[in-house]
Amino acid sequence: MMSLALFYILAGLLVVAALTVVLQRNVVYCAMALIAALFLIALLFLTLHAPLIGVLQVLIYAGAIMVLFLFVIMLLSPSAMEQRRGWWSLGGVAALLLGATLIALMAGREPPEGPVPAIELFGSPEMVGKSLFTDFILPFEIVSVLLLVAIIGAVVLAKRGP
Amino acid sequence: MVPLDHYLVLSAMVFTIGVIGVLIRRNLIVLLMSIELMLNAVNLTFVTFSRFLGSIEGQVVVLFVMAVAAAEAVVGLAIIIAVFRHRQSLDPRELQLLKW
Repeated sequence: MMSLALFYILAGLLVVAALTVVLQRNVVYCAMALIAALFLIALLFLTLHAPLIGVLQVLIYAGAIMVLFLFVIMLLSPSAMEQRRGWWSLGGVAALLLGATLIALMAGREPPEGPVPAIELFGSPEMVGKSLFTDFILPFEIVSVLLLVAIIGAVVLAKRGP
Repeated sequence: MVPLDHYLVLSAMVFTIGVIGVLIRRNLIVLLMSIELMLNAVNLTFVTFSRFLGSIEGQVVVLFVMAVAAAEAVVGLAIIIAVFRHRQSLDPRELQLLKW
């Protein structure tokens, strides 16, 4: 019962934060709301027995990616407010249709053979690491190449031209 | 324990909010932030199924999604900086050089 109440509190805050990201017209407020949303998702990961993923979520997303976003916002200092668009409701309606379809598909789903009781080590660094370095070793190596390409690409793209 | 479909519906709602952001906003930086929101909604689904099916693979895939999202954000922001230098604007409507 306690965990259900906790879930509803986290879910309500998460939806409010996500709506603020989308509807707030000041870009810096959008970034702050996104940081809040990322923290709330990290807490939801903790309720799902994924402590390592939750910690990495805070470190990578809230710590690294959002700092990068804020740096770019301050570097460019775009005019803080943007104009309201005239026919934006068309896109909103299309997205709401998509949302209604997704929720109708998801609601009432149950796992095939009931929730599996969590074993002691589930979600611990040992267990994730063992899977990462045995079954997923090839994707792991490919990701390192991808990150190198992203570093070089960012430097080349953002460098001031001759 | 919280039922499975609660997490799935929450994740669908956050994903939809991200789609709304991509469709109605006129600021390239907020567009990227909405994409991050959508990626996080999918991550939540992965972790939920990992918990309810008792298999750790879902959490490993989330690690890869995080790495790809970081690479995407870095390259996307670099492109935004390059675009801003040329046009002095972050409005995606201005990017119509290829339009006939």
